[in-house]
Amino acid sequence: MKAFTQHTGLVGPMDRANVDTDLIIPKQFLKSIQRSGFGPNAFDELRYLDEGAPGKDNSTRPVNPEFPLNFERYQGASVLLTRENFGCGSSREHAPWALDEYGFRAIIAPSFADIFFNNCFKNGMLPIVIAEEIVEQLFQEMYATEGYSLTIDLEKQVVVKPSGEEIAFEVDAFRKHCLLNGFDDIGLTLQDADKITAYEEARRKSAPWLFNFGS
Amino acid sequence: MAGKTLYDKLWDLHVVSQRDDGSALIYIDRHIVHEVTSPQAFEGLRLAGRKPWRVDSVVATPDHNVPTTQAERAHGIAGIEDPISKIQVQTLDDNCDELGILEFKINDKRQGIVHVVGPESGACLPGMTIVCGDSHTSTNGALGALSMGIGTSEVEHVMATQCLVSKKMKNMLVRVDGQLGAGVTPKDVVLAIIGKIGTAGGTGFAIEFGGDVFKAMSMEGRLTVCNMAIEAGARAGMVAVDDITLDYVKGKSFAPKGDAWDMAVAEWKNLHSDTNAEFDQVVVLNGADIEPQVSWGTSPEMVLPVSGVVPNPAHESDAVKKTGIERALEYMGLEAEQSIDSIHVDRVFIGSCTNSRIEDMRAAAEVVQGLQKADSVKEAIVVPGSGLVKQQAEDEGLDIIFEQAGFEWREPGCSMCLAMNADRLNEGEHCASTSNRNFEGRQGYGGRTHLVSPAMAAAAGIAGHFVDVRTILSQKAAGAGE
Ligand code: SF4
Repeated sequence: MKAFTQHTGLVGPMDRANVDTDLIIPKQFLKSIQRSGFGPNAFDELRYLDEGAPGKDNSTRPVNPEFPLNFERYQGASVLLTRENFGCGSSREHAPWALDEYGFRAIIAPSFADIFFNNCFKNGMLPIVIAEEIVEQLFQEMYATEGYSLTIDLEKQVVVKPSGEEIAFEVDAFRKHCLLNGFDDIGLTLQDADKITAYEEARRKSAPWLFNFGS
Repeated sequence: MAGKTLYDKLWDLHVVSQRDDGSALIYIDRHIVHEVTSPQAFEGLRLAGRKPWRVDSVVATPDHNVPTTQAERAHGIAGIEDPISKIQVQTLDDNCDELGILEFKINDKRQGIVHVVGPESGACLPGMTIVCGDSHTSTNGALGALSMGIGTSEVEHVMATQCLVSKKMKNMLVRVDGQLGAGVTPKDVVLAIIGKIGTAGGTGFAIEFGGDVFKAMSMEGRLTVCNMAIEAGARAGMVAVDDITLDYVKGKSFAPKGDAWDMAVAEWKNLHSDTNAEFDQVVVLNGADIEPQVSWGTSPEMVLPVSGVVPNPAHESDAVKKTGIERALEYMGLEAEQSIDSIHVDRVFIGSCTNSRIEDMRAAAEVVQGLQKADSVKEAIVVPGSGLVKQQAEDEGLDIIFEQAGFEWREPGCSMCLAMNADRLNEGEHCASTSNRNFEGRQGYGGRTHLVSPAMAAAAGIAGHFVDVRTILSQKAAGAGE
């Protein structure tokens, strides 16, 4: 997995609550059996004025001039600022894949949906929960200041504003550890293979019906 | 000392190792796989040179991409017209064949929507931990199981290790007291719950559904309710094991038999919250207050009783919510304060993992029997959740009832729930849909979804607009009495 330690980047807005994963990456792109190639279609229905399709040449499509992430001033944004319950709905990991490929390294919101939140960490992308009032302030500062960027320091667990002011955030110790080091979860879990086998042996005796499926 | 909740018990039964940082390794008993969220996981295993930990814990079936017309289905995978869909379904077959995973292939009688197939085959059982790369895996919690949706990286992790790294969630009890009125269904109950607590209300919680309404509810109804726990933000929803659960599970093809059954039942009988269990949050509704529901907006929490009127953003003081309402009204093509029953319907979709079981088919058939689809409704499709549901419905003659009423009877799959196959809405069309998500574009680019129960969808198909199904049912009862 990709490590995340420190990142400084331009902030881009997704100024609405309850952004669902269907909106982040529409279903027609989920037919791919690859893990990449979703970035060009992140927020497809908002970015373009027509319906996207896999394999369609996006350079020929009408771009939505009213969608903020299409504005000149937000080009190259790598920190997404958004509202509550971001990433709700479908568990599709294609959503964080698409955002990652689009160029986002971190997402700041007052709250996230559980599965999406989890999926971000698996892809070296940091979802940051910050109180609603502070998110509102960040929105106002971002709108007021062209080129508004933030620095995120995972080790210290702070978001640093251009003024130098720091906003602290919480992050689960295990996830932080994995993200800082770019650890492969599966490798870590397999270090406990003995424990898994021991559990399994005990359950084979106490709950044998769980082990004779498909036979 | 406080007793344990059902969730506490399921959790404790599956902890392989508790880590100091609060996370735990949780053993997974059953892993369900479909074609959309698995290819990258299989590929990941291959690239890392890893083998599945326990192949016999996995069962797979294609559902999202499969066509639902007989013309396309007759030729199996070869008949899938969309070449990219075809590759995805073929990839699932190839992966399962290579690894020896049990798969109900495209035209197997047992094929269907993963969350319908799991319980009906007995692959999913009480007391299990169950995962699938699909958020509606919460459905199986109705069996008294801990069942959760996971992402593709976690699919790979569970394949390789049989475990999930997880942190214990908080406990929420949603209690619905009393009794439901006639014509009010489990779908209405869960929509009313989401309307009350919101789509983020259950975030971070495992929800147990309790109280008299759930005690009296059929297993299929409980599956419908737990299915939409995720729409309330909760990864897992569940209902305690009781006789209704045991009667449902007994005799299912993969359910334990003989001594193993007795042994299993002895463990399952303990799968309920202790009377002195403490919940972090308790939400209470009164069953008698719940009316048939219709969603009007682009989030499942934007839902109202059929007698209601669409909200007016001018009356909302919270700025974020206000713009949310304005955007939803614009997308849905609705006016503020328009009555729900004035919304016209272009298409009807009866199906999805929420409402495609036999009881759902029967409820819709009861409404349409002897009536005709409104001419203004372009299409009404009924898509059973699995090959077995389809067969049962045909044995009961339901397919004929639908066809006589002008509703199309289809082959099993996810269909218009997310429109990954050819079944979809055109831009601007309103759909009475028994599925679970009314997000923008979900059922087709620019499509407008209204979430309802099967009976309400059927009624809308007959009337051409939303209507309280109870009036149709009582007219029919009166007519029958003449
Ligand atoms: S029916 Fe709809 S919600 Fe259910 S698994 Fe299929 S696509 Fe997902």
